[in-house]
Amino acid sequence: MNWKTFFAMLGRDAHVARRNAIQLFMQTFLQPLLFVFIFGKVMVGSGYMPEAYKSLLLPGIIAISMTFTGVWAVAMPLIAEFQWTREIEDRLLAPISVGWIAIEKVIAGMLQALVAGLVVIPLAWLVLGRGVAISMGTPLIFAVIILLVAAFSACGGLALGCSMDQQHIGLMFSLVMTPMIFFGCTYYPWSALKTFPILQKIVLVNPLVYASEGMRATLAPQFAHLPVAAVILALVFFDVLLLVVGLRQFEKKAVT
Amino acid sequence: MAVGIRTHDLRKVYSSVPPMAAGGGIVARTSARGSKQPAKEQIPALDGLSLEVHPGEIFCLLGPNGAGKSTTVGVLTTRVRPTSGQAWIGEHDVWKEQAQVKRLIGVVPQRANLDFSLTAREILVYHGAYFGLSSKIRNERADALLEKFKLTERGNQMVRGFSGGMMQRLSIARAMMHDPQVLFLDEPSAGLDPQTRILLWEIIREYHQAGKTVLLTTHNMEEADALCQRLAIVDHGRVIALGTPGELKASIPGGFLLRLRFANQTPQLIERLQSLAGVREVRAADGTGADVYADRGGSLISEIANSAASTGAELSDVHISEPSLENLFLHHTGRSLRD
Ligand SMILES: Nc1ncnc2c1ncn2[C@@H]1O[C@H](COP(=O)(O)OP(=O)(O)OP(=O)(O)O)[C@@H](O)[C@H]1O
Ligand SMILES: [Mg+2]
Repeated sequence: MNWKTFFAMLGRDAHVARRNAIQLFMQTFLQPLLFVFIFGKVMVGSGYMPEAYKSLLLPGIIAISMTFTGVWAVAMPLIAEFQWTREIEDRLLAPISVGWIAIEKVIAGMLQALVAGLVVIPLAWLVLGRGVAISMGTPLIFAVIILLVAAFSACGGLALGCSMDQQHIGLMFSLVMTPMIFFGCTYYPWSALKTFPILQKIVLVNPLVYASEGMRATLAPQFAHLPVAAVILALVFFDVLLLVVGLRQFEKKAVT
Repeated sequence: MAVGIRTHDLRKVYSSVPPMAAGGGIVARTSARGSKQPAKEQIPALDGLSLEVHPGEIFCLLGPNGAGKSTTVGVLTTRVRPTSGQAWIGEHDVWKEQAQVKRLIGVVPQRANLDFSLTAREILVYHGAYFGLSSKIRNERADALLEKFKLTERGNQMVRGFSGGMMQRLSIARAMMHDPQVLFLDEPSAGLDPQTRILLWEIIREYHQAGKTVLLTTHNMEEADALCQRLAIVDHGRVIALGTPGELKASIPGGFLLRLRFANQTPQLIERLQSLAGVREVRAADGTGADVYADRGGSLISEIANSAASTGAELSDVHISEPSLENLFLHHTGRSLRD
């Protein structure tokens, strides 16, 4: 394993991310913050939603922001670089085995997702104002879950980015990301689906459910949530699955 | 120590996805998989290509479009998986010891693949970092290479706005950044202006003089002639001729071209020239000159002069060109390189 090469590639990604910081910032936070504003501020303020909804919403928003950031940060450059600019070739020719280049992409995506998750908390808090009942009773478990969520988003980005063609980016968002978000228990807890028992079972194939429920379990445990052990187990499962699929697809794409 | 290149019986068959499945989106593809999968088209690119490039040699692959030059370079640089056969850089099997091989090689691809998120200088510096160069060395080298390829003023600009030739120059500079033992250049002078091409030739020769092995592809005979110590002519994924430019040219009959100029040229003179031993073809040009294609060169001159004198014409200028690679290619394939 060639750490010098690995860290040089991470350095390159960090440099590019810094250069595009403002753009990345807007892309990552505008949508969740608008959502927080409308649902957490307007709807609650006008009395359509109870005050407690603010605290329910925030963990879900963190999960969405992280997922979106990780997937986007890994998938979009990969799609462009493999098909169009081919700029990844320079790194494919670096003295390191091809799998590690994919791992580097995953690590870079995880870091971005973590930053997104940690920055959106205070931002959303600012927007929501008073009445957010968020606590961190189990920081260690929170750390584990947030890492697993970051890994899920970055590995998902790797798998998607290496399986999709450029002309399917739009499809990817309308067919994969949108249903995932709406059935991801982000804006409502999983327990709210109990009146739709079949749907409640089906959404369990959606990894975002575990991300949102995990966030809720550690940040707002006052609401009913999936057991933490189940959340961790499921996230580990999806992390490994997506990583394996992503690596395979990456290696397939890397050589002709 | 210089490093050689070897391939043994390389074959590569590409299967290209039929246009319907390639463009039809996810839905079309999955439904195609469900029912009858449309037959993939098989494109043989390499058909038993064996080569040996000696350590410290400038070697050239010459061939028409689609001959398999880029595929050969791709296999040798870990970018293309051969269908069968083997390739070595030095002692290392290209496919099995990729990381070691990548350390030894520098690659200039046919199609530019520069990192569009970086400036020209950053591209060089990060490339150096990927190869583990210290920060001092990579900055020094980046500046030296920018200077050498006349890109210093553009060093801090994003490459997005570079012209094709500038990108090409930067690609070459990047490939030299980590001072590789073996340099692959896939059509390095495509898109370069004549002056820059000469500059590139000088840089390649200089690099070679430092004891490095260079493999370049081209379909420009002049370039092969000017640069290479040995060359292989490739067509349909096979080596059809191999040797030094001189050897190869000597192997073809009728390869000499004599460009003549006369005062008072007459039709009889042209007839006479045609009848001389070893002359294949005579083309009269605008009443004062003739191009003679012949098996021999200098030894024909005295006979030509005699013929001219006997018809009252006077030989005023002679230019003999040696057998060219163009003729060689024509000879071996029945097709012209410029087709
Ligand atoms: N990725 C690919 N998929 C399918 N077919 C390919 C692919 N790459 C090359 N080919 C085919 O392989 C054959 C050889 O191509 P190659 O690029 O090696 O030729 P070349 O000698 O470099 O030609 P040129 O002078 O045009 O660069 C061609 O018929 C080409 O269509
Ligand atoms: Mg080519």
